[in-house]
Amino acid sequence: MNAQAEQVTSARQAGDADPPLVELREAEKRYGNIIALRDVSLKVGAGEVMCVLGDNGAGKSTLIKIIAGLHQHDGGVFEIEGEPVKLGSPREALNYGIATVYQDLAVAPLMPVWRNFFLGSETTKGWGPFRRLDIPFMKETAKKELLDMGIDLRDVEQPIGTLSGGERQCVAIARAVYFGAKVLILDEPTAALGVKQSGVVLKYVIQARERGLGVVFITHNPHHAYPVGNRFLLLKRGQNIGYYEKDEITLEELTGLMAGGAELEQLVHELRDAGTDTSEVRAIRDEVQHDSAAGVGKVPLTEAVKIVDLPEQER
Amino acid sequence: MNSTAKTVPKDERVASGNWFTKFFTKPEAGAVAGAVVVFAIFAITAPQFTQPSSMATILYGASTVGIMALGVSLLMIGGEFDLSTGVAVISSALSASLFVYWFGTNVWVGVLLGLVFSLGVGFINGWLLMKTRLASFIVTLSTFFMLTGLNLGVTRMITGGVASPSIAQWPGFDSAAAVFASSVPIFGVNLRITVIYWIALVILATWILRRTKVGNWIYASGGAPESARAVGVPVWRTKIGLYMGVGFCAWLLGMHNLFAFRTVQSGEGIGNEFLYIVAAVVGGCLLTGGYGSAIGGAIGALIYGMALSGVVYAEWNPDWLRFFLGAMLLGATVLNFSLQRRAAKGGGRRKT
Repeated sequence: MNAQAEQVTSARQAGDADPPLVELREAEKRYGNIIALRDVSLKVGAGEVMCVLGDNGAGKSTLIKIIAGLHQHDGGVFEIEGEPVKLGSPREALNYGIATVYQDLAVAPLMPVWRNFFLGSETTKGWGPFRRLDIPFMKETAKKELLDMGIDLRDVEQPIGTLSGGERQCVAIARAVYFGAKVLILDEPTAALGVKQSGVVLKYVIQARERGLGVVFITHNPHHAYPVGNRFLLLKRGQNIGYYEKDEITLEELTGLMAGGAELEQLVHELRDAGTDTSEVRAIRDEVQHDSAAGVGKVPLTEAVKIVDLPEQER
Repeated sequence: MNSTAKTVPKDERVASGNWFTKFFTKPEAGAVAGAVVVFAIFAITAPQFTQPSSMATILYGASTVGIMALGVSLLMIGGEFDLSTGVAVISSALSASLFVYWFGTNVWVGVLLGLVFSLGVGFINGWLLMKTRLASFIVTLSTFFMLTGLNLGVTRMITGGVASPSIAQWPGFDSAAAVFASSVPIFGVNLRITVIYWIALVILATWILRRTKVGNWIYASGGAPESARAVGVPVWRTKIGLYMGVGFCAWLLGMHNLFAFRTVQSGEGIGNEFLYIVAAVVGGCLLTGGYGSAIGGAIGALIYGMALSGVVYAEWNPDWLRFFLGAMLLGATVLNFSLQRRAAKGGGRRKT
């Protein structure tokens, strides 16, 4: 952890001279009269991981859609390498070196791995009507790039749908890296994955960071965000409810903020009011408390959230 | 001697295990198996079936379905569907012949106009799909009805009847007929030229699908359109292009009909769209898109051609042809699914 932190500080110092790869200041997005995003700022430099945390409907998707070029911001500033921009299409974002790996994986499941790897950016040879795919090159490259990421495929000809969820994420990440992405946006890459698979994906997030990419990592799981992130942006109902550098916050505090301490307490009360058995309430609380999904360890929930222990008699 | 003879086939069996898996993971596997069965049945029951001249007839019947089935297969791999194909063939032929008849131009002008018209219909299908975001079933169902009405209405308006007048006396007819509806002697039999066009188009389509960027885009547009768009594939352009490809096939077949029969019945073509879809699906194209092959659709059409002529040669009651087609569609689809599933699980190993 410390070694990583040092690396991060050195990267940050090195990056001080250059403007950050992507910076958003007080960005705002409206859909008609609905404010989807307000006063949101973030920045990510080379070799940094910017984590965006928030529950469903917090505005995470809107935020990445702005950076990915699917939507345009209505207020505030969006800068790429110090230059203010408004992106009109995902293509434009790609041209700036911003690649997005979407939650739904952006792969065609029935197509072979190598075809997926090069989809939309196929390598061709020959001329005129004889222009054709450079299949040996694409197969070799896909195999090699995936091997670099630590995925050893027996056959890149197999349909990508036969790979595990984590591996598919990694193919998408490897593809973005290969095609010269400078900034990688990962939209909930661990949301649909099991514990082990999530670990695999987090490993590649770190690898991407070490290769000098800027990573915007969207998640609702602080256990996944904390070990890899350099700074954290917390969103709730489209608003910034916290922006921290890694040394300003502990995992416990982050989890507490994410869980929304007061809300959790209210949940316990509601359960009790609804006539739920006290031992059951306790079991639920314990379950939340001992959530070690990322293998980061136990979270002392009572400290972070201050749930009152309910006496046995109360029902 | 015997012992060595026994060990050699054993080695071959290991290889054939791999071959089995490899073959049955291909989309057209079920269709090939079906074609072999259908061929065997007719070859046994009707000796005439296997004669070269009969084969030429079978291939001709297959090609008239196969040319359209090819376009429909590619479209289906691209995730869309076209119900207007049957009447579009007639529309193309009518637009050419009525134009020539009305303006008295060279036949080739009509041929060119027919091409523009057919590509236009394809473009409109694709464009409407993109603009309305409706299911292609609905969009092409409406173009199907519109074209049906247009065929009848315009023909009656111009000629007063329901069939287009013969254009055989206009200049350029003979050369156009030579291009679209002649026969070529090959191996002592007269092969209709549509068979050659069909085979050439299948080879071209296979090349496009397997070896070009566009082929990659077609598979992706059908299998995962959102993902494809996210990585920069021009999904709508690809789909509109596929509809125009169907239009091109409709034009080719329409021109063949026009120059083979000289007149066009404006009410024809209805129901043929299902034949094309049957051929594509029997050939292993997935209705939901993203999977299939050009050869598959061709083999589907070949099965149809064999059934069509085979029933006659075997002197069976042709009333049952459609029943047979329906049963085959069901059987082939089920077979395709089970074979693919088995092969994907490593069915070859079970064989050894």
